[in-house]
Amino acid sequence: MSLASKERTLARGLVAPALLWTLAFFVVPFLAMLALSFAHMEGRKIVQGFDPGNYLRAFTDWSQLKALINSVEITLTVTVISVVLAWPLAAIIAWRVPQRFQRLALLLAVLPFWTSYVVRSYSWLLVLGKNGVINQALMGLGVVAEPLALASSRTATVIGFVHFFVMLLTLTIYANLVQLSPNYARAAQDLGAGRFATFAHVILPLTLPGVITGAFVTFVLCIGDYITPQILGGNTELTLPQLIMLQMGRSGNFPMASALSVILMAVVSLAYAGCSRWLRLDRI
Amino acid sequence: MTQRALTALALLTLATPAFAQDTLNALVWCDHTDPALIAPFEEKYNVKVNLKDFEGTAAGLAILDQSQPGDWDVMVIDSVDVHRAVEAGKLAELPADKLPTADFFPELVMAENNTVDGKTYAVTEKFGYNTISYDKTKVDPADMEDMAALTSGKYDGKIGIYDYYLPVLGLVALGQGINTADVNADTLPKLQEPLMALRKASKQVSDVVSSQTALATGDVDIIVGGGEWLTAVLAKDNPNLDWTIPKQGGLRWSQSIGVVAGTAKPDLALEFVQYIVSPEGQAALAQSSCYWGMPANQKAGDLLSAEAKAVLRWDQQPDYLKRAQLYPIPDAATDTAMQDMWTAMLNQ
Repeated sequence: MSLASKERTLARGLVAPALLWTLAFFVVPFLAMLALSFAHMEGRKIVQGFDPGNYLRAFTDWSQLKALINSVEITLTVTVISVVLAWPLAAIIAWRVPQRFQRLALLLAVLPFWTSYVVRSYSWLLVLGKNGVINQALMGLGVVAEPLALASSRTATVIGFVHFFVMLLTLTIYANLVQLSPNYARAAQDLGAGRFATFAHVILPLTLPGVITGAFVTFVLCIGDYITPQILGGNTELTLPQLIMLQMGRSGNFPMASALSVILMAVVSLAYAGCSRWLRLDRI
Repeated sequence: MTQRALTALALLTLATPAFAQDTLNALVWCDHTDPALIAPFEEKYNVKVNLKDFEGTAAGLAILDQSQPGDWDVMVIDSVDVHRAVEAGKLAELPADKLPTADFFPELVMAENNTVDGKTYAVTEKFGYNTISYDKTKVDPADMEDMAALTSGKYDGKIGIYDYYLPVLGLVALGQGINTADVNADTLPKLQEPLMALRKASKQVSDVVSSQTALATGDVDIIVGGGEWLTAVLAKDNPNLDWTIPKQGGLRWSQSIGVVAGTAKPDLALEFVQYIVSPEGQAALAQSSCYWGMPANQKAGDLLSAEAKAVLRWDQQPDYLKRAQLYPIPDAATDTAMQDMWTAMLNQ
């Protein structure tokens, strides 16, 4: 056996466990879910077959379609706000904070990750409540006369998400920024570019891989999240994961839940296709 | 064939409980997950009780449908749904003479629900009311005696709805003068408009914990579908929280427990059922950390403190029992229609 052949065999051997893992815990379950999504319910019985009815219902029944629209709207809002907040935070840590304190600054930035996701969501519920800290402060300062209806709303859901994802995006954008040589900015300015032009035409494009990578991960985690909208949204509207849970937990309609899950995966796949050009998942 | 195999694999993954030598697998509601209830049984019989919390009869029956006989040993179920479970062959017969129903509140024996063709399949374990919970310092308690006040405009944005379609649609039906037993495919459309009006007046539709949080923090002043089960755990810190059964009536919820058909441990399963309906089990279940409720067995009263009995309104039960109706018992098609109406309400 030649050296190259031995190396190929070794490489296959090393990759095999990961491939088997993916096959067993992603490919096979996904195919099972796909098969189930084309079944339908007759009473409480699941009738197998090739019935596209669940998919038709998902796109023609307004209450089902609205959940998909809500999910996409909330996810896009969260992603955009998180990027806008995380970019300057990452830039401050990378460029303004002395290097010896950067590790501490990053640690402080990710500190909220250390608390339970559920506890953090319920904490936001208390903070945003009618008698919560925010309303108390606004009323104390005379900004508002009556407490704002912040809790149990889309606003609350977005705030809860943004709190979480700003931290994640800060990390991916920071990882990108610290690799940028300051010579890029110097060269641009030597060629007559102003501060804004340097940022818009040089720095920002160079950080796009970090931004898009973080934004994609934010999109994936946000659109599939059930806890935050369930706790903070107050069921004032449904997102797709909530609808999937209703179909599974309450109706026992596993085929419909499977169809909605496949649609959720399709949306994520579309997002991946849309930003794959810039994606650098090794930056995560 | 491949699709059938894949579907079976998916369902097996969803529905298979944990196994061990000395275990009892129980499909329960969250009040049974309190260690104060389960630990004494586990110690006495030296077994591990595996608890799977589920929500709603449809989901519970779906889990059983997708399991193998013997996977599950006991099951908690809405008392009004026992017949459904028996017709589906999911519950085993219980020896009626080994159950302490003679000690129960007479209304809670519920033989018409727990018995089919003279055979007992389940036993009532806990009950309470889905009515109106409120903060008596924020609303006029007199208003809470009439369900019409909820959609009068006076309390817009101050109402929370408990996120369970059966009791809330039952309450909406009572508000329209329709008895819960008459909620069916013909009468259901009449509930659409009042349900949406209630939704329009409300701030949120939420689960138990979020409803409790909203009421305790003042985010809402009223919970439709609430009752002692919602306010009892908050009573100590929030004495302003109260509940009432309005003049249109309220709903009486009750849960039963039975042995799952095909269990490989019928004796142990029966012991568990007997423990749950014993005075000790009933007292612990009544004060579960998940939610409180009245015990079906009156003898549990001997083990409850005066404070606990006051919170549960022990002495008012004769009047309450007269004024409350049972949950609607929809057929499968009506149940699906009710859930669709509920989903539409959530996403209106």
